[in-house]
Amino acid sequence: MSHRARFAVFVIGVAGLAVLYVLAAFRLPDFGGRFHPYGERAVTSAIAERTKNVVSSVNFDQRAFDTVGEELILFASALGAVVLLRTVRREREEEAGEHGYGPADVFDALRLTGYALLPVTLLIGVYIVAHGHLSPGGGFQGGVVLGTALHLLYLTGDYPALDRLRPVPAFEAGEALAAGVFVILGLAGAGLVIPMNAMVGLEVGCAIVLVLTKFFEQALLVRTDEAGKGEGT
Amino acid sequence: MVQAAIAAPALVAVLLAAGGRWLPRPLVDAVATGTVLAVTVLLGAVLAAALRHPVVAWLGGWRPRGGVSAGIPLVADPMAAGLALLVAVLTLAALVFSWRYLVEVQAIYHALMLLFTAAMCAFVLTGDLFDAFVFFELMSVIAYVLTGYKAEEPRTVHGALNFGVINSLGAYVTLMGIGLLYARTGQLGFAAMGARLPGQDHRLVTVAFALVCTGFLVKAAAVPFHFWLADAHAVAPTPVCVLFSGVMVELGVYAVARTYWATFAGAVPGAGPALASLGVVTALLGGVMCVLQRHVKRLLAYSTVSHVGVILLGVAALDHASLAGAAYYLLGHAGVKSALFIAAGTLLNRFETLDERELHGRGRRMRVPGAVFLIGGLGLAGMPPSGLWAGKSLMDEAAERAGWWWAAPVGVVASALTAGAVLRVWLRVFRGVGPSGEGTDEHEDTETGPRMSRLPWTMLAPAIVLAGGAVVLGLITGLIHGVSHAAGLFVDQRGYVAAVLSGGAWHAASEPLHPWTAAGVIGGAAGVVLAVPVAVLGLRRPAPRLLRPAVDRLRAAHSGHVGEYAAWLTAGVALFGLLLFTA
Amino acid sequence: MSHLPYLAAGWILLAGIFGMVTSRNLVHVVVCLSVTQSATYVLLLTIGYRKGGTAPVFSDIKPTGKVVDPVVQAMALTDIVVNATVTALLLALAVQVAKRRGTIDPDQLRPLE
Repeated sequence: MSHRARFAVFVIGVAGLAVLYVLAAFRLPDFGGRFHPYGERAVTSAIAERTKNVVSSVNFDQRAFDTVGEELILFASALGAVVLLRTVRREREEEAGEHGYGPADVFDALRLTGYALLPVTLLIGVYIVAHGHLSPGGGFQGGVVLGTALHLLYLTGDYPALDRLRPVPAFEAGEALAAGVFVILGLAGAGLVIPMNAMVGLEVGCAIVLVLTKFFEQALLVRTDEAGKGEGT
Repeated sequence: MVQAAIAAPALVAVLLAAGGRWLPRPLVDAVATGTVLAVTVLLGAVLAAALRHPVVAWLGGWRPRGGVSAGIPLVADPMAAGLALLVAVLTLAALVFSWRYLVEVQAIYHALMLLFTAAMCAFVLTGDLFDAFVFFELMSVIAYVLTGYKAEEPRTVHGALNFGVINSLGAYVTLMGIGLLYARTGQLGFAAMGARLPGQDHRLVTVAFALVCTGFLVKAAAVPFHFWLADAHAVAPTPVCVLFSGVMVELGVYAVARTYWATFAGAVPGAGPALASLGVVTALLGGVMCVLQRHVKRLLAYSTVSHVGVILLGVAALDHASLAGAAYYLLGHAGVKSALFIAAGTLLNRFETLDERELHGRGRRMRVPGAVFLIGGLGLAGMPPSGLWAGKSLMDEAAERAGWWWAAPVGVVASALTAGAVLRVWLRVFRGVGPSGEGTDEHEDTETGPRMSRLPWTMLAPAIVLAGGAVVLGLITGLIHGVSHAAGLFVDQRGYVAAVLSGGAWHAASEPLHPWTAAGVIGGAAGVVLAVPVAVLGLRRPAPRLLRPAVDRLRAAHSGHVGEYAAWLTAGVALFGLLLFTA
Repeated sequence: MSHLPYLAAGWILLAGIFGMVTSRNLVHVVVCLSVTQSATYVLLLTIGYRKGGTAPVFSDIKPTGKVVDPVVQAMALTDIVVNATVTALLLALAVQVAKRRGTIDPDQLRPLE
């Protein structure tokens, strides 16, 4: 199909979709209106359960099953990254130290900042996870902070240090077990906002580390052997 | 009990992912297969219970008070429970097939298959639209990974990427639709929204229906949302194709049907004709594309497109008898198509290629796969008493009553085209008929590591059981009655809402349905008779000159260009919306 | 003007699709896909907005205080996680396409037949 034909199909489609959407949008309740029956029910339920952060209550209690699905998505995609970005037959993987990926020649100030920020960032991550039922934040937000904290080492130019600090099998196991416990909590229990927050924090943190590990390996360590290079076009 | 069917495979998947690397491969196989077997038994029990009275479970104990709840229900009516059972059975077949298969990557393959089962079961059983979106995404994410599993092959990763981008785009359009519905009804449950839709603005409801259905129609590979399907099926590992073609694609149609009857019934008058239009085009285009393929898995993939079009057409009649027919058709199709994919997998294992011409005559000694292709071809043609025939007969009768005289011929043409293509493969590969062809020299992975000296029974038994079962389905009267009872409940919106929101009674009067009508038998025979010339003419090399420009254009449209697919998707939403408003 | 926020969500959706259709780079396609998903965040959050409402966290306001709809916020949170993971996976596939095919321009990729 030529560019023009494709664009023509798109223009027709977009025009139709736009008309449909505008038709519907003008029939929605006014922006900022008062009609939120489910929201009000969620607030009442959360207060009855003494969870002050209503969003956490919805995520981990009232609609916990959604979050079970979401945790499994996270889990599956970490597995997926392991599968899709594995070193395949025609490739080989180098050792982290082999190619001079660090410690790189950077300013001491940068390195010190990275080392100093690492524990602080980890602490903030734990804090965000632990207070998810009380204040804005929770397992997802905190987990992301935890997962990225380790990568401060990469930013300081020390990839081998990062490599030492993240034993991949441990993270895989940690992630899997967190997902497993979460499934049990989500399907069996009710009102377990605090432990579920913790599990999500663990799961998200591990998943982020795993996925980023795989991308780092692809970018830095995996080399395609010249002889067997994939068929180009 | 219902929760356990979702939790059990998910938990075992988690354990396998964490510890599978230290377990010997046979143990991993045994654990995975055993788990799915347990889930199968469990879902059998759920189905038995659901046949007496549909099971509603509010997760976390958030039962509704005064007709509203803050929680999420799982609803196992016989249709949902039966479909979940089908998921489990096909996963079982796929896992048995993979015992000697795919020797790579720890136990992650098994973990993904188990998660896939859990995701599909949850998607089928949930009674909440947003939750359905979440599990739709879970199902999709796992499907992308499984498609791209053989990551060392360029076509594999390309196909998986196209699949991922288009499916996700569809899902996000669905989420926009969910947003519109939430804004108007302030609810997310199918039942809770359905109870509040009457009296809402017609335009908004129609647009919301169009958007919500988009993701599901992408999954169902309705034209013009179908482009991803062949790209993904042609490259996915064989056991994964079994699940994709056998049930995952059909779940898209199920979701459209569930959303319609639980929520939108009566509120979108154009739904029937609009879905029927898509169904007809899908059935015919899928059939034509199927005939044009020479890669066996790709051919089977387009045949799935065509048959799902027929199922969509059956649903579009919006009538319980037709829905029962569609469900029965789905069942028959699942058996036949899974068996065919498995047989194709054995070919790939033997000859490292799936190019039909290159395989010319090379399957003469493979008796079981050959028999599966023959039986499968006849089953797809709608030969009585196959499940496809019985379902088609019920659908045709219902369409006749609705005045849709054209539905029966469309079904016959679709069956003849797809069955003709499969029979052509049988003639060429297993009988050596027709001129032998030149190869393309593109060799694919055998999926087993070293080639096997002979095919193990674990690879053949699932195909025999599935194909054999599917072609006699039309004889099992009790099953036909069960399915028509399930369809009767499925289309009863008031019963659904009452059962979910207030624990009320959900009974449906359903007269027993019989596929053995004169018209039905004639239709089945016509499919078989017409499939023969399609097969024989297909053995001749060139397409007739008259048709060649059209054929070239069709091929060019299925280009593998992801931007093009996205453009078609947009046009598809617009078209579907237009049909909903005008029909 | 009270419907403008809803229209903004639609605009973002269409802009994302435009990017996907015209893109010459698969990584760009994947990012445009997450642009289309951003449309869903905007739509959900605008639907949940209440004039004068604050965040639905009752640690420092009275239980009777006026808050925005927490359900859409929970949905958006779920949605964001879905987006992040799907994007990661699709980028992984794009990396592999680049390695196997030697290009990530959809126009240059050979058809899959």
